[in-house]
Amino acid sequence: MAAEADAARSASPAPSWHDIVLHTLKRNAVDLVPYVPDRVLTPLIESLHADPFFTTFATAREEEAVGILSGAWMGGRRGALLMQTSGFATLANVLASLVVPCQIPLIMVVSERGTLGEFNYGQSLVCRTMRPVLDALAMEHHTMTRLDELEFVVDRSIKQAIATQAPVALILSPLLTGGKVFA
Amino acid sequence: MSAAETGHHVRNTKVMNRFDLTCRLVAKLTREEAVIGGIGNTNFDLWAAGQRPQNFYMLGSMGLACPIALGVALAQPQRRVVALEGDGSLLMQLGCLTTIATRAPKNLAIIVMDNGVYQITGSQPTPARHADIVAIAAGCGISASHWAADEEDFERLVDLALQAAGPVLIAARIDDKPGVGATRRDPAQIRERFMQGLGVRQPI
Repeated sequence: MAAEADAARSASPAPSWHDIVLHTLKRNAVDLVPYVPDRVLTPLIESLHADPFFTTFATAREEEAVGILSGAWMGGRRGALLMQTSGFATLANVLASLVVPCQIPLIMVVSERGTLGEFNYGQSLVCRTMRPVLDALAMEHHTMTRLDELEFVVDRSIKQAIATQAPVALILSPLLTGGKVFA
Repeated sequence: MSAAETGHHVRNTKVMNRFDLTCRLVAKLTREEAVIGGIGNTNFDLWAAGQRPQNFYMLGSMGLACPIALGVALAQPQRRVVALEGDGSLLMQLGCLTTIATRAPKNLAIIVMDNGVYQITGSQPTPARHADIVAIAAGCGISASHWAADEEDFERLVDLALQAAGPVLIAARIDDKPGVGATRRDPAQIRERFMQGLGVRQPI
């Protein structure tokens, strides 16, 4: 399965950001992917659903997905949470009271709303809370803007999170994904 | 089910004691079943009922006992997993019942200790006075949701939950007696011991 995917990738000159994320998760044996949906994440979510390697499903809230991934990690299974900026904003309590003190390598993929052409004032204010929260908790985070750096950042971040038993947030900038455009 | 009918169901259940029920549960865990203890008195009683390496004692993150238990159940499908939660905590994260119903893990049981109050903060009533947790769970799609009528019925339901081929929720009405004992508060040590209890890690 992995060989086929790799062959398909080499046949395609410009893999998409979501292909790169999917394959990098797979290569690191990250196979449990709960999410709260987001328009920009839709192609990644669809390709995860289409690949039997992954167990991927929607949760009612982001906090719930953090609980699921914490339990799964303790049970020996790796996962990652997909969400939007506003979803991250709901997580301060669970990060500070479960993930950080219990030393759980939570991998968070955040589709960034609220910047570079945001059309919703609420989204732009929520976005400004994200990095201060990450910094206040001394959590590793990277904002990914370039396709050529994406695989390196995702791969190394997953490996570091697991090796150091610490969470990481991978923020997908509109510079990488195109973002959501007001229709 | 009408409100009057659900009220009737609730009134017909005996008010039991959380520590007594927790001891009855723990006595039945002979196959290294995992138990996730929700924060507060639920956790204190789980601690006092006999510490097991397969118990995870939450120290915060109110409402996440069921999601954490679901995660363990997804990681270890051969192991039975029990979420031990209070009614106030479950209210914080009711949406997780829909996720559990949809994933339908064969190895997950939820036990809700319902005294209708936030006991650890001063016993203020929860806003769920007119709610029926079993009806909510059934409405979320967990069809095997039951009130325990008395201690004997609780034990019967636990036996059923430990063998069932799908998620089971058991709700028990409990009194307002405080928890027995107190969980030691070392999150990293609790997490590491739990991982050793689940066979994921070996002590160094």
